[in-house]
Amino acid sequence: MLAMPEPDPHVLARREAIVADLRERAGAGNVIAETLRLKPYETDGFTAYRRVPLAVVLPKTTAQVAACLRYCHDQGIRVVPRAAGTSLSGGALPLEDAVVIGVSRMNRILEVSCEDRLARVEAGVTNLGITKAVEGEGFFYAPDPSSQLACMIAGNVAMNSGGAHCLKYGVTANNLLGVTMVTVEGDVIELGGGHLDTPGYDWLGLIAGSEGQLGIVTEVTVRILRAAEGARAMLVGFAATDVAGAAVADIIASGIIPVALEFMDRPCIHACEAFAHAGYPLDAEALLIIEVEGSEAEQDALLARLKAICARHDPMTVRIARDAEESAAIWKGRKGAFGAVGRISPDYLCMDGTIPPGALPEAMRRIGALARHYGLQVANVFHAGDGNLHPLILFDANDPESFRRAEMLGADILRLCVELGGCLTGEHGVGIEKRDLMTAQFGAADLDQQRRIKRAFDPRWLLNPHKVFPLDTAGAA
Amino acid sequence: MAATIAPANEAALAAAVAAAHQAGTPLAVWGNRSKEAFGRPVQAAGSLTTRNLAGITLYSPAELVIAARAGTPLGELEAVLAAKGQHLIAEPPDLSALMGCGEGPPTLGGTVACNLSGPRRIALGAMRDHVLGVRAVNGMGEIIRSGGRVLKNVTGLDLCKLLAGSRGTLAVLTEVTLKVLPRPERSATVMLRGLDAARAIAALSAGLGSPYGVTGAAHLPEAAAARAGLGGRAATLLRIEEFTDFIPYRTLRLAEVLASFGCAEMLDHDASLALWRAVRDAEPLGAAPEEAIWRISVRPSRGPEVAAALVRAFDARLLLDWGGGLVWAAGPASEAAHRAVADAARGAGGTFWLMRADAAFRAALPGMPEEPAPLAALTRRVKAAFDPKGVLNPGRIAAGV
Repeated sequence: MLAMPEPDPHVLARREAIVADLRERAGAGNVIAETLRLKPYETDGFTAYRRVPLAVVLPKTTAQVAACLRYCHDQGIRVVPRAAGTSLSGGALPLEDAVVIGVSRMNRILEVSCEDRLARVEAGVTNLGITKAVEGEGFFYAPDPSSQLACMIAGNVAMNSGGAHCLKYGVTANNLLGVTMVTVEGDVIELGGGHLDTPGYDWLGLIAGSEGQLGIVTEVTVRILRAAEGARAMLVGFAATDVAGAAVADIIASGIIPVALEFMDRPCIHACEAFAHAGYPLDAEALLIIEVEGSEAEQDALLARLKAICARHDPMTVRIARDAEESAAIWKGRKGAFGAVGRISPDYLCMDGTIPPGALPEAMRRIGALARHYGLQVANVFHAGDGNLHPLILFDANDPESFRRAEMLGADILRLCVELGGCLTGEHGVGIEKRDLMTAQFGAADLDQQRRIKRAFDPRWLLNPHKVFPLDTAGAA
Repeated sequence: MAATIAPANEAALAAAVAAAHQAGTPLAVWGNRSKEAFGRPVQAAGSLTTRNLAGITLYSPAELVIAARAGTPLGELEAVLAAKGQHLIAEPPDLSALMGCGEGPPTLGGTVACNLSGPRRIALGAMRDHVLGVRAVNGMGEIIRSGGRVLKNVTGLDLCKLLAGSRGTLAVLTEVTLKVLPRPERSATVMLRGLDAARAIAALSAGLGSPYGVTGAAHLPEAAAARAGLGGRAATLLRIEEFTDFIPYRTLRLAEVLASFGCAEMLDHDASLALWRAVRDAEPLGAAPEEAIWRISVRPSRGPEVAAALVRAFDARLLLDWGGGLVWAAGPASEAAHRAVADAARGAGGTFWLMRADAAFRAALPGMPEEPAPLAALTRRVKAAFDPKGVLNPGRIAAGV
């Protein structure tokens, strides 16, 4: 179990006065303090950990966010920023003595410009909400985390979210033009804007993925892209993981960058097939879903080339979608993968390391050995083009020993990712989950440098204080 | 000024910076000084070059990743990539025609530290977007690492992007790992003639908003078009880079989208490559040696009003890239011209860089808009978080930073 800091008894004792002060600053209707109504905010997508916060503020304006942050900063009260609360790493997990400031009521689309190919939205607009606002004109917002129906752009910025299509379109940071951010001291600053590059330090690049450590983002300007004429998927089954890995390397080396290149291992194939009946090959050890974009003729040409490349690796199954419907069928299992695994196991931990794609066969072998060592099952999905690995560790939350082993296996898998030349997290963020593993990837000087930047923004270490950095050293000023 | 320190490896470089930190002696930091004229002059007793930190340390074409030490010439990196049919995604410019040659070719470290990107920036991101990992030495002489060698990585604060574009004021880059991509088989350009800036930007927006994958969108006013060898009419350029067999369809459809802007001409591979290389390096700008050069970054739709304002103010020579969102301007190195650039950028909701001027001019006038007070405070605090004694390139970006 991960340790959490002790709540500050002085703050807890002042709870009623703090709530009254927040109501004055954010409007009475925007502050939640009743125990029953606080309950939904006690956790996020990383549900193994729960803490009921002191209060929840859901401001409607940037000015209200600024007033609340200034107040909390002056009073020395910890603040946990929150968007939709879908974090899989505990990024939005509250503390008992912290005020949660959520942006979910700031959900207006402020501007769409197809001419300048951008959308400016309040930070509580959902990821899919942006695409919905621009798709009528043939545009879309590219990063597509699997939680895109629920997750909000503020959380995407905080975690620098990715998705299945980042090999071609990049992650949040690559699609971000500007933000309005409130500092912990309550200053409102504008970073970037509607233009591309900005002189001075790259604040947008630093804010993206900063996990609520540096400020609260209240407005976001993103690039929107014109959608390709069409897209189609193919499915290829292989007899062994390393054969699939070699096929991936050949595809990239051929000069084709598929818009998506997804890998599933045997346990995952079986779970997804039982759930989605997508016609996945149950005798395959590894399955690739490859998607290409372009005109019909271009799709045909690319799929034919990909088929020829895969043919060099003795595929057991090759299925090329003939239309959008068949593509959707191929994707159905993959998109339902987490739900599918949820059906075969009472609980699972979704890990998120990245490895160099060439290390896939070794990673699969060693993850298998680790799983056997802990007596647990693991199903793997993998964004094969960019090396982002999602091992799903199956366990039973009603059995504390099973959970303990699952956590240990997860940590070992992430250490393995680092050892193979990769990193602890590709798109879910460090949060609390991987906080104590940071020393596996970074040296003391690396982490100290990050902490000094954190301190430059948040000298009193009040913003999301128990996350990202190893707990023992996080607040050390 | 004492002789430039030219460490042979990262450890020696770290020791040199640590000594400067101890002594409180500022260092001017550079690679080959090819971009010396970009930014404020540095007042420093000593200087440090990364030029001896050279060589490619990792290249895995099937994983789209290359790493090299900071002093590696950009051209060497490009040649190694080209041998495997790949290239640098952001298409960084070689500004030696504008800036002079310094003491050698542009280096990887300098290009990343200046976050310089070419025409492909509009479609596929800036130099900083493809920095996967860095090694660097901060102002205390500590070796720090961020990122890594994988394409997706959100572990901890991203110092890669922060250091890219920081002009050596936070840390000295010693090694950079980049994402690369396959070099498309063929380049082709759809060209419209005789449009004014407003119509031209509308055409570029229409092209960039089409599904045909435009990877370059520039407008050359009459004089720039002439200097690019295109004759005396303004030229509006849209580039497609694709597999050879996709080019005819895509250029044809793009020309149809642009039909209301006039009859399109087509430039095939070699002509297209040469033209975009010139646009990348801002050659058609035609700045006289004594003139100043600025870059203005705005929303593309505001590009024409910036262009018009600068022509009115000082008869600026212009080149518009990034769909109209990047305005290159050349004109007299005068305070009035500089103020006109700053006003035009601010009026259009954008920003600017002074790219080239003589040292006295660069010392006297801000090379970028001044930051509002809360942001300026953050700039100073972040600078101090890396370089508490201010020994690295002091004043390069702004006074006090």
